[in-house]
Amino acid sequence: MIEVRNIDKSFGSLEVLKQVSLTIRDEETLAIIGRSGSGKSVLMKHLMGLITPDRGEVIVDGVDINAVSYGELRQLRRKFGMLFQGGALFDSMSVFDNLAFPLRTFSDLAEEEIRARVEENLKEVQLEGVEDKNPAELSGGMKKRVALARAIALTPQYIIYDEPTSGLDPETSNTINDLISSLSTRSNVTSIVVTHDMHSVLAIADRAAFIHDCDIHWVGTIEEMHAADDPTLNAFVRASEYQIGAPGRTASPYDAN
Amino acid sequence: MLERRILAPIEALGQYVLLLTKAFQSLSEVRVYRKNLFKQMVAIGIESIPIVALAGLFSGAVLTVQTAYQLESPFIPQSIIGSIVVPSMVLELGAVVTGFILAGRVGARIAAELGTMRVTEQIDALEAMGLNSIGYLIVPRVLAGVFMFPVLYITATGVGIGGGLGVAHYGDFLSAGEFVAGARQFFSPFDPIFGLLKAFVFGFIITSVACYKGYYTGGGAEGVGRSTTEAAVLSCVYILFANLALAVLIL
Repeated sequence: MIEVRNIDKSFGSLEVLKQVSLTIRDEETLAIIGRSGSGKSVLMKHLMGLITPDRGEVIVDGVDINAVSYGELRQLRRKFGMLFQGGALFDSMSVFDNLAFPLRTFSDLAEEEIRARVEENLKEVQLEGVEDKNPAELSGGMKKRVALARAIALTPQYIIYDEPTSGLDPETSNTINDLISSLSTRSNVTSIVVTHDMHSVLAIADRAAFIHDCDIHWVGTIEEMHAADDPTLNAFVRASEYQIGAPGRTASPYDAN
Repeated sequence: MLERRILAPIEALGQYVLLLTKAFQSLSEVRVYRKNLFKQMVAIGIESIPIVALAGLFSGAVLTVQTAYQLESPFIPQSIIGSIVVPSMVLELGAVVTGFILAGRVGARIAAELGTMRVTEQIDALEAMGLNSIGYLIVPRVLAGVFMFPVLYITATGVGIGGGLGVAHYGDFLSAGEFVAGARQFFSPFDPIFGLLKAFVFGFIITSVACYKGYYTGGGAEGVGRSTTEAAVLSCVYILFANLALAVLIL
């Protein structure tokens, strides 16, 4: 379980998070939604101590991650797998070396076992035969999938996705959403998805936390979101609905409003 | 505004010192940077040998011709040219020419590489995996600089003296024998030690400044460009200051 307690964070004079509290339950898929620049990514980076809050605490499985030593924090971070927005693949290494990197660094596996694990992970994200390519040779969607395979290499307990579908075409987005869904059904996996893509949220999330004005404005299940009568939340959700409201799409629960 | 102007450099210095402190604390985690250290020693050291040797060769040759031109007098023994050229290479030119060339070649490369890694979140990815990014990225680069710069200094100086000797001999300024005799006459064993010390300090300055600039890059492609330029320019400026400081303090 991850508990965020009363976090404040400013960059210079820009206030990004103000008294933010949020609980992420074990084995759920939580979507953190909000407009671009609302502080979603900043909140997400707090979860694994990539950013330190000005005030407040982040408790991961009972440990205050900003109160422990750097060595302990790094140990804690191994519970996490993270998919970065641009993939953040190491461009000095081949796809294979990217995927083998966490295994070589943190496990005692022999090189053949690592090879087998890498192939298995690639299969999991439906990619084969790209091991020898460089990240620069991959398309956006493939990069995301390789990055996802790297994020799950050490079978993390928490998987964080930063804008997993941004910049992808709808079909590739669906593939990524399906992958996220199937990974989140693994036992003991908690998923945190930072996104402004409502389509993604509806496809994969159990609950959503809506960030607005430096604060968590609304938290609830997807069903509760459909029924919510919060004008700010509805404006955000409906704006997204119009973008994806292509003809032939099944009626949205918001169409009635 | 004025307050920012005064505080910004102090903050930057603090950030630089903190980064180096963290790097120093990571020194014990040899496993994290061992493989990278070798790679960086090749990239920073071995691959710089040709350009450094070329620069050394021409510095030595030009220095010899110009010294011969300045000392053209029947009352001065020609061997004095060797006595001037060799210590100049050993004490000053070998280290400074190497430093300036590598500020561009190595400093810019490190800053661009780390800066790109920063803006494409690769550094965050290392941290997110639970790796010590400073130990993994900065320690091997600074160590490679500190180990390899003395080697490059020796190369530049050696080739430079060879160039001077060659020009002296084949350009009919003085014979190789006279050149060597002149060099030996005023040779002090402390000179090469001082030159090595300079190379060591310059190697540290260039790699640590470049790592600092690259590691804390912000603002996309433009930020990477800015970091790269600043790394090269600031390294040159700090080399000039360090050069004077070492000469005043030690000689």
